[in-house]
Amino acid sequence: MAGGLAYTTDDLNDLTQAQIFGRVLMDLGSQHPEIVALSADLAKSTKVGDFFAKFPERSFNFGIAEQNMIGAAAGLALAGFKPYAATFGCFASMRACEQVRTDLCYPKLNVKIIGTHAGLSMGNGGTTHHATEDIGIFRTFANMTVMVPADGLETAKVISASIDHDGPMYIRVGRGFEPPAYESLDYDFTIGKAIEMRPGADATVIACGMCVLQAMEAAEDFAEDDGPDIRVINIHTVKPIDKEAIIKAAEETGVIITAEEHNIIGGLGSAVAEILAEAGLAGSVKFKRVGIPDVFSVIGYPEDLYAHYKIDQAGIYDSICDLMGLEKKDRDDEH
Amino acid sequence: MIHNYTKREDLVNFLKGKSVEVRKEIIKLVVTAGGGHVGGGLSMTEILLAMYYHVLNIDPKNPKKEDRDRFILSKGHGGVGICPVLADVGYYDHCMMDDFNQYLSPFGMHPDMHKVPGIDMSTGSLGHGLPISVGLALGARLKKASWRTYCLLGDGECNEGTVWEAAMAGAHFKLGNLTAILDRNRLMLDGPVNEIMEIDPIEDKWKAFGWDVRIIDGHDYNQLIDTFESLPPISSQKPVCVICNTTKGKGVSYMENQTKWHYGGLDEATEKQACDDIDKICLP
Repeated sequence: MAGGLAYTTDDLNDLTQAQIFGRVLMDLGSQHPEIVALSADLAKSTKVGDFFAKFPERSFNFGIAEQNMIGAAAGLALAGFKPYAATFGCFASMRACEQVRTDLCYPKLNVKIIGTHAGLSMGNGGTTHHATEDIGIFRTFANMTVMVPADGLETAKVISASIDHDGPMYIRVGRGFEPPAYESLDYDFTIGKAIEMRPGADATVIACGMCVLQAMEAAEDFAEDDGPDIRVINIHTVKPIDKEAIIKAAEETGVIITAEEHNIIGGLGSAVAEILAEAGLAGSVKFKRVGIPDVFSVIGYPEDLYAHYKIDQAGIYDSICDLMGLEKKDRDDEH
Repeated sequence: MIHNYTKREDLVNFLKGKSVEVRKEIIKLVVTAGGGHVGGGLSMTEILLAMYYHVLNIDPKNPKKEDRDRFILSKGHGGVGICPVLADVGYYDHCMMDDFNQYLSPFGMHPDMHKVPGIDMSTGSLGHGLPISVGLALGARLKKASWRTYCLLGDGECNEGTVWEAAMAGAHFKLGNLTAILDRNRLMLDGPVNEIMEIDPIEDKWKAFGWDVRIIDGHDYNQLIDTFESLPPISSQKPVCVICNTTKGKGVSYMENQTKWHYGGLDEATEKQACDDIDKICLP
C-alpha cells in the first residue's frame, strides 16, 4: 500500500466509506503535493471536505456544475496534477458522462472520480439520486478502471492504490453505514485481482460492493444448516475484471450467482456473463444475476431496498436456493 | 514567437502571405479528406497564425515544453484549420498530412493530442474546451507558472451550457492567466447563429460573467497582435474574452457567409476557383 495509513481497524470500522475516502485522501495529500481535490457543491457530503480543510490551496469547488468540474479535472491533469473529483455516483456517471468519456478516458488522463452515495445507498433520495447504472456506463469506456470496494477498509486500500495507478479510475462508494466485510486491513490487495472471501465447492457468489458481506452471510447460513458449500468472490475491480478467478469458480463449482447493487443489465452480472459465454461455459454452468431487475428503484431506507431487490443476505440465499433447486429457509421466526 | 521580424509591418506582410498558403492548404486537405469543415477552418486562419507565429510561447521542436503557453481548440471541428498552421510553424512536415482524414491517419476531423504534435488537448465535442482551460489555468497558478492558457471557441458553441459553467468559474477563480478567443463567424451548421439560437448580446454576456472583453476584426493582424500583446498581466485576476469578428469561409467567394459551406467537399473546378479566390482576396 502506498504510504502508511495512520488509522486503526477500529477507527475504520466506525467510519462510513465516504469518511474513510476523505481521511485517506487527506493523508495521501501530505505525501503527494500533486494531489488536488475537486467538488461540485458536495464537499461535505462526499467527505472530500477533509482534504479541502487541510489543503485549501489545492481544493476547488465548482459549485453545482459537474460537467465543468470534470473538464477542469482534465485540465489540472494536463498541468501535471493528480485530481480526485468527488460527487454523487449518479451525477458522476450521467451528468458528467461525456466529460468523463471524452475529456478523461479518451486522452487517458490521470483523474480519479469518487462516486459516493452510489447504488441505492441514498435510500429515500429516490431514483434521481440512486446510481444503478454507473458501473455499466463506465465499464464501456476504454481506458477506464472501475473499482467497487466492498467496505470502508477496502475503500482505504483502493484510494491508497489509486495514487500509483496511471489513467482514469472510477471509485464507487456507498453512503456507507454498511458493516464491514473485512476484519482487518491485513490482506493483499491488487487492482484487477479478485479476492476469494470464502472457499466453497458447490456454488459461487460473485459480488461487489455491499453485496460481498451479504453473500458471505448467506453462505454462512448454508454452512450452519450443513447446506451446500458456497464460495464468495469479491470483485472489487469490475474493470479490468479477473477472468481467471471467474472461470475457475465456474469450472470448480458449476453454479454462479452474481450480486450487485446495480441494474442487472450492464454491471457485474453482465461482465461475468460475457466471460462465461466466451469461455464456452454458458451451457454447463447454472447462472443467475441478482441485482435491480431493470426497474427504477422505489424509495426507503437502504436496508429496506436491499431486501426489496433481494440483494441482501436473505435475497442472495434465496437466489442460491432457486438456482440449486433447494428448499428455502423459513425466515419468519427471525423477524 | 516563431519569426525574426523586428518591424511590425514586415511581420504583418509575412503573416498575410502565410494566410494565403494556409488557406490553400485547407482547401487541399478538404480535397484529400473528401470533405471537411472548410467554412470554420477558413474563418480562424489569421487568429491561429497570429497566435502560433507570434503570441504563443512555444517550441515546435519540443512540443511538450513545460513552460509553453497552452492553446485549446475548443471548436475541435477546426482540425482542418489548425493542422496546416501547426505544420507551418514546424511541429511536423506538411507531407505528414498527405493522408489527412484517411484510414488510420493521425490527422482526423477532430485533432487527437496523442497523434498530432502541438495539440494540447483532444477536442471535438463542443463546450468542452473552456472547462478544460479553466483546469489548466488553475494548475498553472497552483504551480506559480507564468504560462497562459488560450481557448478558441466558436460562436455557435456558445449555445452549450458548459461554456457558461466555465465562464462563471473562470471569473470566480480570478483566472487572469486565461484568455478565451471567440471566432465570431455568425454561422452554425443549421444557419445563422441569431436565427438558430441567438447568443447576443454576447459582449454583455461575457462581461456579466465577470470577464474583460475586447472586440476586434479577427482577420486584421495588427488588431490581433495589438490585442494579445496588451493582455493584462496574469496577476490581473480577471480572464479576458477576445471576440474576433470573422467571416465564415473567408477568402473563397462562393463560401463566404454561406451556411452550406460549414462542411463540404470540392471537385476539381471548385478547388481551382477556391485557390484563385484566395490568391485574389488575401494577397496584400
